[in-house]
Amino acid sequence: MLNIIGRKSVFLVISAIFVGAAIIAVVLFGFRQGIDFAGGTLWQFSIASNTPSVDVLQGFFKSNLEASDAMVTYDAASGSFMARLPSVSEPDHQKLSNLLKTSYPSFEEAGFQSIGPSVGNELRKNAIIAMILVIIGISLYVAFAFRKVFQPVSSWAYGFITLLTLFHDVVIPAGLLALLGHYAKIEIDSNFMVALLVVMGFSVHDTIVVFDRIRENLLLDRGRTAFAELVNKSINQTMARSINTSFTLILVLLALYFTGPASLHYFVLTLLVGVTTGIYSSIFVASPLLVLWHGRKK
Amino acid sequence: MRKNPLFFLFLIILVAVTAAFFVYPKNFGAKFMPWRLGLDLIGGSHLVYKVDLSQVAGGDRDSVLNGLRDVIERRVNLFGVSEPQVYLAQSAGESNLVVELAGIKDVSQAIQQIGATPLLDFREVEQNGSSTDFIQTNLTGRYITGAQLTFDTQTQAPQVSISFNNDGAAIFEQMTAKNVGKPLAIFLDGSLIEMPTVQEKISGGNAVISGKFTVDSAKTLVERFNAGALPAPITLISQQTVSPTLGADSLKKGIVAGIIGTLLVMAFMLFYYRMFGVFAALALLIYIFLTLGAFKIIPITLSLAGLAGFILTIGMAVDANILIFERIKEELKKGLSKTTAIEEGFRRAWPSIRDSNTSTIITAVILYYFTSGFVKGFALTLLIGVLVSLFSAITTTRLLLRVLVKDKNSEIK
Repeated sequence: MLNIIGRKSVFLVISAIFVGAAIIAVVLFGFRQGIDFAGGTLWQFSIASNTPSVDVLQGFFKSNLEASDAMVTYDAASGSFMARLPSVSEPDHQKLSNLLKTSYPSFEEAGFQSIGPSVGNELRKNAIIAMILVIIGISLYVAFAFRKVFQPVSSWAYGFITLLTLFHDVVIPAGLLALLGHYAKIEIDSNFMVALLVVMGFSVHDTIVVFDRIRENLLLDRGRTAFAELVNKSINQTMARSINTSFTLILVLLALYFTGPASLHYFVLTLLVGVTTGIYSSIFVASPLLVLWHGRKK
Repeated sequence: MRKNPLFFLFLIILVAVTAAFFVYPKNFGAKFMPWRLGLDLIGGSHLVYKVDLSQVAGGDRDSVLNGLRDVIERRVNLFGVSEPQVYLAQSAGESNLVVELAGIKDVSQAIQQIGATPLLDFREVEQNGSSTDFIQTNLTGRYITGAQLTFDTQTQAPQVSISFNNDGAAIFEQMTAKNVGKPLAIFLDGSLIEMPTVQEKISGGNAVISGKFTVDSAKTLVERFNAGALPAPITLISQQTVSPTLGADSLKKGIVAGIIGTLLVMAFMLFYYRMFGVFAALALLIYIFLTLGAFKIIPITLSLAGLAGFILTIGMAVDANILIFERIKEELKKGLSKTTAIEEGFRRAWPSIRDSNTSTIITAVILYYFTSGFVKGFALTLLIGVLVSLFSAITTTRLLLRVLVKDKNSEIK
């Protein structure tokens, strides 16, 4: 039997460091907003023969749109370019298309997305509201589901700790994206928000499994064993199923990442990071916090 | 269900097999309610237009918006796109017009044609024997100041009353004088919509069109007049276009990933839980067919995000089985018989299953209401997937176990 509760300070400190680092990253770097939130254009195309370099294309867009923040990347797997530009009107879209077609006859458009900033604002606002609602909703539900568990920790404690754990599971991927946004120019879009929400909905699964076992053991035990010891036992009993349930999801995500469509890559990556953080938090954060809470009341 | 598990199991398997044939996109599955795929899977364009209602009085706004929607829809129908969607949407207090063109070949041309403001014009009619000619006049919608639905004072029949501005009134007077007793043709965007007969010369710029109107057809004509007369300008504010090649590629890759993911999960369950794993694998297959069947029957339009959501639920669907099996293992260790351990396993694992799935349901519902477009599809497939997997956990796995697992010393019950 692993002594997790005994070493809880170690695990909580590790988590605190990660969360702290993530918050610093977010505050320092902010997020690079994708076109969903800030407006802009995402243009995917391929030029099969006489393929120009990324720099040439970048220069082309910069001069034709008079925009200094035009960015072009190349995805070798699909053989296509992705141009990230400020908002391009439809007439400009056609003008640039024609220019490209004359210079490179094998030009073929795969996708074109142009979103105005007002639409973006709306999406961003909705995404944030959705996230707050989900965190509150889930925490309230957990408090409700554990309403009959008064001793030795109130049901509200379960809800509150769930909230903290959710926060932990969301902040770390967010920090990672802030970091990646700064160094690798990776952007957050509505897919990222959705991924975070799914992570929240799912990370709670393992936490609930452990809490459920704690509840059951409390009922059977009737106060004979110390709370910390009981919690530790519960974690050990449920560890296999906690890990396995997340593992099956990770298997599916890996399949999606390596064999699925390229456009889902960052979405799946966010989910992978989030689910991993989720397992860690259920085993090494949620229950230790519960014991800590109980300890403070003594 | 306790008394006759075999029957119910057989029923579920039957439904699942039917669903399997139903969802497979060949033969029966293709002809009866074919799959509806989103723009990001078959290629196409999603356009959002902002409608400028600043010149429109508050009371007329709905009328203008509906009229605009109708006109744009008729134009879009000419593109030859199957099942185009044109609808109004509210966003941040502004009215938007959304156009979805699945499988459109030339998006830029479509955008040009949509953007042109609706055109209304009057033409004179000349009937030479059996053929009818329409002669254009210079009376167009821009001379109309408004249209209204009225009722004949005596017969209560619905009528359309239109008013012209001064210039229009003059032209109209001339035209009616020339054509008393003959029909005048009203064209919208080049299509004939009404051909009322001129009763007498009309001066003063107010005319009433009466005929075989129903209240609805009269209202529609009023809306069209108003839309043609006050063309509310529309501007393209958002465009998402996916080429059919990219869409087909995404679909293929998505399906492959789904199949591989399913196989990986099944392999894991078989490897870790052995015999129980077989049941889980079977239950998973049934789950997949039932859920896909549900998608098709509702019907939901499956987008790439929706497909991703479904694949995620495949990873989650076995969770209930894992919880149940771990629990059964524990009960078996305590020395309970197999059948009792199974029942206890279900009973005690149920709270965890219920609570964890509820949290995903909460997430999916909130996601559904706060997002739009493709992401909404994800929330929907996630929600349906979780609901079906809840059902599958309670029934399918339990039935499988009850039917196929017998205690060592018991006879076949």
